[in-house]
Amino acid sequence: MKIAIASGKGGTGKTTLSTNLGSFLAENNDVVLVDLDVEEPNSGLFLKSTLIKKYDKFRMVPEWDLTNCTLCGNCQKVCNFHAVITLKTKVMVFPQLCHGCYACSELCPNNSLPMKQEKMGELKHFKVGKLNFVESRLDVGQEQAVPLISQTLEFVDEKYTKETIKLYDSPPGTSCPVIEATKDADFVILVTEPTPFGFHDLKLAIDTMRVLKKEIGVVVNRYGIGNNDVIDYCEKENIPVIATIPNDRKIAELYSRGELLYDKITEVKKELEKISKFIFDRNIGGNK
Amino acid sequence: MKEIVVISGKGGTGKTSITASFAYLGGKDVVVADCDVDAADMHLLMEPKKSTAEDFYSGVLAEIDQNLCVKCGKCSEVCRWNAIPCKNDEYTVNPLDCEGCGYCARVCPMEAISMNEQNVGEWFISETRVNNTMIHARLGIGSENSGKLVAHVKNKAKMLALETKKDFIIVDGSPGIGCPVVSSLSGAHFVVLVTEPTVAGLHDLRRVYQLVNKFQIPAGCIINKADLNNEVSDEIKEFLDEEKIVHLADLPYDENFTKAMTLGKTIVEYDKSKLRETLTDTWNEIKRIVM
Repeated sequence: MKIAIASGKGGTGKTTLSTNLGSFLAENNDVVLVDLDVEEPNSGLFLKSTLIKKYDKFRMVPEWDLTNCTLCGNCQKVCNFHAVITLKTKVMVFPQLCHGCYACSELCPNNSLPMKQEKMGELKHFKVGKLNFVESRLDVGQEQAVPLISQTLEFVDEKYTKETIKLYDSPPGTSCPVIEATKDADFVILVTEPTPFGFHDLKLAIDTMRVLKKEIGVVVNRYGIGNNDVIDYCEKENIPVIATIPNDRKIAELYSRGELLYDKITEVKKELEKISKFIFDRNIGGNK
Repeated sequence: MKEIVVISGKGGTGKTSITASFAYLGGKDVVVADCDVDAADMHLLMEPKKSTAEDFYSGVLAEIDQNLCVKCGKCSEVCRWNAIPCKNDEYTVNPLDCEGCGYCARVCPMEAISMNEQNVGEWFISETRVNNTMIHARLGIGSENSGKLVAHVKNKAKMLALETKKDFIIVDGSPGIGCPVVSSLSGAHFVVLVTEPTVAGLHDLRRVYQLVNKFQIPAGCIINKADLNNEVSDEIKEFLDEEKIVHLADLPYDENFTKAMTLGKTIVEYDKSKLRETLTDTWNEIKRIVM
């Protein structure tokens, strides 16, 4: 069962929901929580975890080998991203522009651009009580999140069974990183807040998930503030509002200290129970 | 002409509300660029009018002409993104997976694959209700190249500011540390970091500042919701001291932020006392620093 937790707007409570739901479900289920917001991974701040293993993660980029190079210029010609240029005396590679398609390398008549590993970040596997937690972190200066997200999902798919509940704490927005994080999910929970910004970005996120043909549900955070537009819209569009987390300064304070909420605030626990019931009643991913 | 970029690393810290307040205070002296093209929200407060809209093309996607295809499967073999699966005895490109590298087109023996330019979004020039010129954009769903659209929005803003002799460009940046943020930062004269005293806020501030530091752009910081957690607030201030980042202001945890937004107003229009005063002082301070 793969459930992605996403939102158009940042800071609506994706990580709050992911960490609380993950910990709550792990009390009685086999759960792995995966932080796919690799640019700014935050889930780990809320989990008192023990590191099991750390892996450096690499992407492949070409590296010029002058031995047999005739400076024919084919590599520059085949690169759509302007990541390779042929000069009079040498070939230059710009790794930050490279998408790793291998065209320059494999189409080189003289094998002068072998692909080499470049470190892009690291993946850490933690245990938090019974909860498995996987976090990937992009190195600062690396601009492309997608390759790291995709390798993290491969790691999780290999390591855990189909029956394991997999929760993906996804990046914000509607462009390539969020597509990568959600495209394999069986269900997507969109977290929003009932404000004009939250509502506007929720609509964008819903449109994105419809393009991906995903089943979706909405969780409204900071419920009680702002207005009723989000709830009305979901009703009109037949999108289930699975839970509402109240607007409460006490919650903001707990969050600010990096604490989980559901063991301290009964309303939050009740909402998590609703989400849990929803997930199992729906038989998401068709496991059981 | 000075370019001021507002970023936050973490989302939901109040970045756009604060940027909109500066745009209000700057009025006709500023060009506003909304570079959070993924989830652009600033227009909700600025009511941009008289828009001219233009499509934005960037990058290419592969398309297979089935009449020419001999089903050799070479395209599918070389694709690193598994974007060309064979379904019902037909090779077709899944546009959401296609990276646009064009490798498939180069190895196709029948030249059956064309690489077509993609309309990845729209961009606009508008006048806001508070007399700014505003450049904003909307990225198509699932589109790549948001970094390029950001660069485009910024370039247009710069050209307009120079043409019309405006003093400032205020840029609402994107979250994270990836390509759209890198594009937002390039060429900036001053970065305003908006953060909040939460463990996540501080964590993300440290990471995004590493990026700012690589560009060697001077920076200032606004701590929003500063009284939510005094301990973390103090930690942030220590960090600012260490890194020689100007501590521009502390703003209180105040639901007026949301109330103003719900009415489609900037905070400085809605709030008549302390918040308005602090933000006005902060804007004046930023102007003083960059001039």
